[in-house]
Amino acid sequence: MGLPNANGDLSTEVEVDAFRRLFPLHFYEKHLLESISPDARPLGRARETTIALGAVASANGSALAKIGSTTMLAAIKMKVMTPSLETPDEGCIVIDFHMPPICSPIVRPGGPAEAAPVVAKQLSDTILSSGMINLKELSLVSGKAAWMAYLDIYCLDADGALFDTALLSAVAAFSHLEIPVVSLNDDGKIVLSEEQGLSDREPVNKEKRKINLSSVPFSLTCVLHKNYILADPTAEEESIMDTILTVVLDSSSQLVSLHKPGGTVLAYTSAIQVS
Amino acid sequence: MEVDREDGRSQNQLRPLACSRNILHRAHGSASWSQGDTKVLAAVYGPKAGTKKNENPEKACIEVIWKPKTGQIGKPEKEYEMILKRTLESICILTVNPNTTTSIIVQVVNDDGALLPSAINAACMALVDAGIPMKHLAVAICCCVAKSGYVILDPTKLEEQKMKAFAYLVFPNSVRSVLPEGSLRVEGEPIENGIITSVTHGIMSVADYFYCLERGRAASVKLSDFLRRNLQQQSTDSSRAG
Repeated sequence: MGLPNANGDLSTEVEVDAFRRLFPLHFYEKHLLESISPDARPLGRARETTIALGAVASANGSALAKIGSTTMLAAIKMKVMTPSLETPDEGCIVIDFHMPPICSPIVRPGGPAEAAPVVAKQLSDTILSSGMINLKELSLVSGKAAWMAYLDIYCLDADGALFDTALLSAVAAFSHLEIPVVSLNDDGKIVLSEEQGLSDREPVNKEKRKINLSSVPFSLTCVLHKNYILADPTAEEESIMDTILTVVLDSSSQLVSLHKPGGTVLAYTSAIQVS
Repeated sequence: MEVDREDGRSQNQLRPLACSRNILHRAHGSASWSQGDTKVLAAVYGPKAGTKKNENPEKACIEVIWKPKTGQIGKPEKEYEMILKRTLESICILTVNPNTTTSIIVQVVNDDGALLPSAINAACMALVDAGIPMKHLAVAICCCVAKSGYVILDPTKLEEQKMKAFAYLVFPNSVRSVLPEGSLRVEGEPIENGIITSVTHGIMSVADYFYCLERGRAASVKLSDFLRRNLQQQSTDSSRAG
């Protein structure tokens, strides 16, 4: 290791990887001056995104979404339940977000990660308030039976932009969802009907149908550092920058959510730039 | 547009504010903040030695514990804790006492709408009472957008539930400084025009959001004046033992 030169800057003396670990902020600032991020993305571009539908064969709807290295698996299971008295025509969606220790070295077993309940709540707020799913579609027999959709999202690899990937996988799983066929049996209960040829029971819904999605929400997470806005940060970038901002828009350009917990002061002009 | 609100307030009118500091004697700093019927109590203990496992030891660390009025601690409480933590981290000067932890405990006494902004205001006053070094104060406000498009400030719980969307906004307080004008600008705008925190819920258009920001900014000036008067008054007539 050499001695720092006149500017107190070890960058010419030290290997790139060591410099990245020791002085992460300077490392990023040098890149930001050239308007580029260390993985050669221009500042405004997000990482490569892939979605695979139907990843879990036993679930009613599922999807695997990847943004860069962040990977999330979402799966939906449908169960029949009696709707509440206040909303007899509506079904219900329960959203749960898990961060098992496989996803990141920061998460250890014996207690949920710090970020997990926050992302879970943000997700359920966004999905329910964006009006993407019309809960009345989930109703079977008014007042007696309705669908409850259990949406579970597992984070398999946490490399930044957790909320974006989770939302993407949830929306993809809903688009892949097929509501199974059920029929009313003699006791008046709803059962899953396996074969099509049973004639003694009248099926309640004729065929497997897909659920209608309206106004799908999209989200983008950015980090702000001085005058630079860096879109779609990795976990390393998220941890050194102090300001993270997530904007969710739906397909009609309405703002569903703008989530900016703390961080440096954001002037109006930057807020306009982001949206 | 004239709007009828249940308690007779106008669109931009805030509920009566009340704040008292130094109410808990064991805590290093404490404050109680009430906006109308929403009341929140905040206590500060710190700085204590040592930071938590994953935190940076070169800076002070802030830990927030949120206690709801009833029920168990669940996901909404964790989310509030995280938002409060990030907001307070950005207003405190963290490099003054490295490798220490400051704990802030927030207890909800009554929830009648605009709970998170009241908690942020209470926590800020408690930090002042404890003497934790800060860059500036934070003032928090809640704005709602109704289905018909008008914006109201500081809703009660009933109003919040009827609204299409609402936003919690936190601004730095307005500065009355002795320095020349040009030194406190961020990107060419005065520093008080920025937002520290924004959490929105529900769908609203982008234009509505900016309108909320403007209204919130104007109301935060009134809130900052209230804070300033409250702090000056209590510092002249309180005598603390020790």
